[in-house]
Amino acid sequence: MKLTTFRSLVMAATLLLLPAVTAEAQELNVTIDNFTFSPAELKVKVGDTVTWSNHDDIPHTVVSAGKFRSKALDTDNTFSFTFTAAGDYKYFCSLHPHMTGMIKVE
Amino acid sequence: MSDHDHNEERGVSRRKVLECMTWAGTGVLWTVTGGVPSSLGLVEAANAAEPTGMTFLQISDSHVGFDKPANPNALGTLEEAINKVKAMPKKPSFMIHTGDISHLSKASEFDDADRIISQAKLDVHYVPGEHDFLDEEVKFYKDRYGKGTRGAGYYSFDANGVHFVGLVNVVDLKAGGLGNLGAEQLAWLQDDLRNRSKSTPIVVFAHIPLWTVYPEWGWGTEDGGRALELLKGYGSVTVLNGHIHQIMQKVEGNVTFHTARSTAFPQPAPGTAPSPGPMKVEDARLRSVLGIASINFKQSDQKLAIIDTPLAG
Repeated sequence: MKLTTFRSLVMAATLLLLPAVTAEAQELNVTIDNFTFSPAELKVKVGDTVTWSNHDDIPHTVVSAGKFRSKALDTDNTFSFTFTAAGDYKYFCSLHPHMTGMIKVE
Repeated sequence: MSDHDHNEERGVSRRKVLECMTWAGTGVLWTVTGGVPSSLGLVEAANAAEPTGMTFLQISDSHVGFDKPANPNALGTLEEAINKVKAMPKKPSFMIHTGDISHLSKASEFDDADRIISQAKLDVHYVPGEHDFLDEEVKFYKDRYGKGTRGAGYYSFDANGVHFVGLVNVVDLKAGGLGNLGAEQLAWLQDDLRNRSKSTPIVVFAHIPLWTVYPEWGWGTEDGGRALELLKGYGSVTVLNGHIHQIMQKVEGNVTFHTARSTAFPQPAPGTAPSPGPMKVEDARLRSVLGIASINFKQSDQKLAIIDTPLAG
């Protein structure tokens, strides 16, 4: 019994350590309300995934030239992208180009 | 609609005409029938009465498929607009549609729009809005409405001595920018106008306003000024747009700018709301802020009159 408990603890510790080694991938959100990306600028780490949700009654897109391009997102549709390389990703809505945002990936 | 007149003593139908605008190159006159008239300029009074020349219609921003609170039945209000067209005593020569036929570029939305609009039994000259290019392969608009057009769908044609130019300013938009015509289209426009005499009346139509209405909301066209430069020197230029779902007008020299109402939902006046999104008004008021425009051109006197007619009000 004691041995089993010890093994479980070791396993749990190992599991806890593993993500730390491979970097903890996080899920982050950007909302679209009133033709605005919020937050307008978001800092994330390599491996993180950002999900954009459109809360407007008008479709929007999320486009970063040469990097990613969503379909038109109708009300409450989402688009996710996992960042695998560091850098500054400027993006905009290709339907309403005055809507701009930035994801900084470290 | 088209043959309404400004005489207060004539029938009840003219009560439905909310605004009436006439211009003669140098000034604009607005007459609000059934309300307080307001003048924004100087023209010979009542010269829009009894149009005798060519009349064509502008409809815009049908947004077929839109079903949100601002108007749960955009197809229904499009049908009401087309019923108004069908009921016109004098048949217009044709119709122009200044884009956003559909809301999400679904085949079913274009099908529904065509089924309703075709009931007017008029030729329709379309230009696309940004909502008409949302299908994955971006081909529905061009397949259905773009036959014989160039680029993303620009073209010109002549009718009754007037040269009509349909432009596309909703593709290849740049981050942070406004509507966009692009170098290729501008070069084509220059070529298209090359052999037109300066006395030819020109009507240019496109979805997003070619003039800067409110850049904070993207209501303008980045290189619209370059198109207008090419139109300098022409005696009569009329620019008809949609996109902003409300009437706006401006006269600059020989160029008259006008935007039409939507048949689907209204949008707020510039800067009066947190965003340009669909504006919910009281149900009873919705039809007074939706509508179509009728444009009359008299060859004899070079005068052009635009009459905006709401669906009700």
